[in-house]
Amino acid sequence: MKKTSKELMARASILLTEIKSLAQSPFTIMEVCGTHTVAIAKNALRELLPSTVRLVSGPGCPVCVTASGDIDRYLYLAAQKNVLTATFGDMIRVPGTEKNLQELRAEGADIRVVYSTQDALELARQNPDKEVVFLGIGFETTVPTVAVSLEIAKREGIKNYSVLSMHKVVPPVLKLLAEDKELVVDAFLDPGHVCSIIGIEPIKFMAQDYGKPGVVTGFEALDILEGIVMLLRQRAEGRSDIEIQYHRVAKPEGNPQAKMFIERVFEPVDASWRGIGLIRQSGLGIRGEYRLWDAVEKFSLPVFDSRETPGCRCGDVLRGIIYPTECPLFGKHCTPMKPVGPCMVSTEGSCAAYHRYAQRSVD
Amino acid sequence: MCLAIPAKIVTIDGTIAKVDMMGNERIVSIDLVPEVRIGEYVLVHAGFAISIIDDESAKETEELLLEVAEAYEKDQ
Ligand code: SF4
Repeated sequence: MKKTSKELMARASILLTEIKSLAQSPFTIMEVCGTHTVAIAKNALRELLPSTVRLVSGPGCPVCVTASGDIDRYLYLAAQKNVLTATFGDMIRVPGTEKNLQELRAEGADIRVVYSTQDALELARQNPDKEVVFLGIGFETTVPTVAVSLEIAKREGIKNYSVLSMHKVVPPVLKLLAEDKELVVDAFLDPGHVCSIIGIEPIKFMAQDYGKPGVVTGFEALDILEGIVMLLRQRAEGRSDIEIQYHRVAKPEGNPQAKMFIERVFEPVDASWRGIGLIRQSGLGIRGEYRLWDAVEKFSLPVFDSRETPGCRCGDVLRGIIYPTECPLFGKHCTPMKPVGPCMVSTEGSCAAYHRYAQRSVD
Repeated sequence: MCLAIPAKIVTIDGTIAKVDMMGNERIVSIDLVPEVRIGEYVLVHAGFAISIIDDESAKETEELLLEVAEAYEKDQ
């Protein structure tokens, strides 16, 4: 047992040595994905890297980028009589303008945490007298699983199931980041699981048109160190490409079957991102053929134009402009137990990740 | 939220498969990887296999994960 962890350390130290020798001048890398943020914080990678290599977090936590208006909208829906809300666990404590799902549940609303859309469909089958609504939040990794549930609902004629689609796609926000004048990022650690679905074609423009190289990276400490090495090598060789480090999972073409499901059920729509604003064609709406299972249509949901929480700098955190610790509320008024903004709620939120592993990074 | 965990396909029944996820038995949907075969490794996200882990690296992945798990155990 000792030996294996020794080998692991040996591999890490080889990668770190190469990083040190390649990073003679400053290099800023954005890790787009929230799962990367967590892995980096957990393994204290920021502390291991030479000071020339800066890692900033990006907008890759789907819960964190959900606009306040969307949160208030699903809370409004969840409070309706006869509605059974099925949701992934990370949304339970996300604060809306007035309350969160947990508080609604305490007041009697029927809110269930599910592990998959299959569970949500099962709830619909078992509760024919209720309207089961699945809260669709997530990127391309999750979207195909929601698409499959809509297909099944349509095929089996499960009429009391619907989805509130707040899904988002990654390429348009990358483009926005590449064009952001405030943000100085040299290269990107691209999201391994999103790219295992969409492949690399949709993000190639980052390297080709904007000169921002990217490496599709896995989620273990060694994956991330290797991703950083690959980016630094590109700089040393004067290249700007999209490469895959996570080749055991992510193929250049992605997953054609999953892409087909997304295409069939969803269509691109404009979407609001928390703290960032409206990004054209960055969201996914449910196609007309599946209208009967679209919660927006089914419940004629109003649009909520909610304000973001005053003082919360989530938007700047999500764009990599500030570190979470630079938010004046961090750790004082805003903690995982009493979150002010969504970046502190989701386990993948940058603020939550920094908070949870803070002790280690202070050492 | 994009967290995904590797698992080995044990049995397949239509679009549902039983998998071994680091020693635990789980049921997952294979609608997104219909070509998957018994014995292959997949990556599971939110109850769905989203990707087949390629043959050569599957073993490597398992080893890596075991190593990582052990390293963490030692840590704690
Ligand atoms: S620490 Fe809290 S208030 Fe500050 S940006 Fe993060 S979530 Fe928002």
